[in-house]
Amino acid sequence: MEQSAEELNKIEKKDLFTSGHRACGGCGQALAARLVADASGENTIACVATGCLEVFSSPYPDPSWRIPFLHSLFENAAAVASGVEAAYKALNKGPVNIIAQGGDGSTADIGFQCMSGMFERGHNVLYVCYDNEAYMNTGVQRSSFTPLGARTSTTPMGNKTRKKNMPLLAADHGIPYVATATVDDFRDLQRKVKTALSIEGPKYIHILAPCPLGWGHHGELSVQICRLAKDTGIFPIYEIVDGKVTNVLKIPVKVPVEEYLKLQGRFKHLFKKGQPTPEVAEIQEIANQNIARFNL
Amino acid sequence: MLKQIEGSRAVAECVAMCRPNVISAYPITPQTHIVEDLAMIVGQGKLDAEFINVESEFAAASVVLGASAAGARAYSATSSQGLLLMCEVIYCIAGMRLPIVLTCANRAISAPLSIWNDQQDSMAMRDAGWIQLHAEDNQEASDLHIQAFKIAEQTSLPVMVCMDGFILTHAYEPVDIPEPKQVDDFLPPFLPKNIVDPRSPKGIGLFADPRFYLETRYILHRAMEKSEETIKEVSADFAKTFGRNSGGFIKTYKLEDADLVIVSMGSVVGTIKELIDRMEEEGKKVGLVQICSYRPFPRHEIYNVLKDKMNIVVLEKSISLGRGGILASDVRWSFPRAEKKDRNISSFIAGLGGRNIPMDDLRYMVEKVEKEPVELEFLGLKNELISEKDL
Ligand SMILES: Cc1ncc(C[n+]2csc(CCOP(=O)(O)OP(=O)(O)O)c2C)c(N)n1
Ligand code: SF4
Ligand SMILES: [Mg+2]
Repeated sequence: MEQSAEELNKIEKKDLFTSGHRACGGCGQALAARLVADASGENTIACVATGCLEVFSSPYPDPSWRIPFLHSLFENAAAVASGVEAAYKALNKGPVNIIAQGGDGSTADIGFQCMSGMFERGHNVLYVCYDNEAYMNTGVQRSSFTPLGARTSTTPMGNKTRKKNMPLLAADHGIPYVATATVDDFRDLQRKVKTALSIEGPKYIHILAPCPLGWGHHGELSVQICRLAKDTGIFPIYEIVDGKVTNVLKIPVKVPVEEYLKLQGRFKHLFKKGQPTPEVAEIQEIANQNIARFNL
Repeated sequence: MLKQIEGSRAVAECVAMCRPNVISAYPITPQTHIVEDLAMIVGQGKLDAEFINVESEFAAASVVLGASAAGARAYSATSSQGLLLMCEVIYCIAGMRLPIVLTCANRAISAPLSIWNDQQDSMAMRDAGWIQLHAEDNQEASDLHIQAFKIAEQTSLPVMVCMDGFILTHAYEPVDIPEPKQVDDFLPPFLPKNIVDPRSPKGIGLFADPRFYLETRYILHRAMEKSEETIKEVSADFAKTFGRNSGGFIKTYKLEDADLVIVSMGSVVGTIKELIDRMEEEGKKVGLVQICSYRPFPRHEIYNVLKDKMNIVVLEKSISLGRGGILASDVRWSFPRAEKKDRNISSFIAGLGGRNIPMDDLRYMVEKVEKEPVELEFLGLKNELISEKDL
């Protein structure tokens, strides 16, 4: 369905994901889930993976969802969504927006296979990943999205590996639309959801969703941390349409990664008496590579 | 129409006549022929359904879960490792009360790898909240699928139809395949009870804190018990419509004046019946109780038909390692404690990993329990392959 630029850029507030849920204050994922639901509209089915979002939003008998909500397991949201879509096709129902959603762990680790299968089969499903860079629901353990240096409860000395690059892996399935977004820019995030839903086939949106509890920052700083993630080059913002990278968000003034790292307790050990350890330079190198790769 | 047909093909044709909207499966021996045949039936346009080729059994089960939750009649089939890989979803489907039908082409479980038949795979799922129906032959396997959709949809419980891998799935036998019209008359269109639908948004799969969880299990257990009525009604209804008895709760053979009773399930009952006939000619009275519905377990039926029988032997193709016969303990539990005293219930494990169960072995079993009760014995064990140091 074609939408005018005006419609695409409108911020939607429909309260389809209501307040009163049990997320921590300043939870990026709670905000993101609301923005996604409101951008999708009433004619949407949410297939949600086990994780923080599911736990804080769907306790019986008072879930926060005012669109149909379907939860099965930690690692099968994409396959469940495939089944919902198949049912709609077989029963000649719809059209309907089907959105599979989950955290970084359910997306890139344990649920990777189901998601890859959904992409490869070409289901008309949008997959939204809420990336808070660890398994938060079970107490902040490392995932394959945990960035270099970050301390989690299973990497107490700091994570030794680099983050898996899921948006590019998604795009390499040959799906028509991939985008990244952060929760500080409502308009951009919702425009991407609306754009994705207007495209037939599998879509992937990767949203950086700060977690005050796991990242060790004050809830009020979630928005600022998102901006710094972009301005340092740590989290590039772009779309990939039919395999081509477009709409790259340019960084107005490049900021050193230290500014981003210093706000978060999980990186505290990277600074000894205020002085950065060598890992900080390595993280700066990752940001530089992103800047070069996407021409940020 | 009577056809000389492979078991898998017969099942596929009957499943197709039930008009599932969504089919999803992943290949594993000996289930493969069923889904290949269904793929062909869909491909040729003889069945209007979505056939979803997935990347694993785990995904297949998840796809049919999603499809069923969105209002589709959904079907899958698997065996062995595939069923084990589905395990998490299998429990979830039952907890969500989704009336999915799945064929388990029974096969042994690794390690060591074995593609051949026993019933350990479906046994591993016995506590999940699925109705489990066991077929004796390919006629029954076919008929049970037609009944399964009706039972599932009336009870909001998933149904697993178990048929012995290779012995049934790959055997050519005459099977009476019904006319599509008969099946349409027997099985009404699926009217889902609880679905995800933007027109009336609700949550399915909410999480339950300790104030609520226990009751969900109680309700599921009671629903399983209550499904007994539906299973019996549907099989009676089936007999009326199609003119033959298939399925039900239990079946008996020459039980009335039997001095010794064999309890078993699946295709081995065919051999057992032959043995019973032969022994009858020799003047021995042996009877059979065949379990068709393994879950819910026909405890009361078993008690009713066996309460006067003092010598019982349970023959099964599965084992709880470190405990013994699974079916045997179910049967032992069917008798009130006080009555057990002088009743002998022997337990034999046989046929694991596709080991043939020859008539002579069954005869040996009968003759042995005629003399003394047997706590647990593996039938046909080759002692030369076992060394003390491995134990
Ligand atoms: C098969 C399985 N393994 C482990 C778990 C435990 N578990 C539940 S949620 C979760 C972590 C979720 O992490 P993520 O997907 O990143 O979501 P988040 O909570 O961080 O938003 C884990 C490990 C589970 N539910 N199922
Ligand atoms: S732990 Fe993190 S992701 Fe989970 S609710 Fe709290 S802030 Fe949100
Ligand atoms: Mg996470």
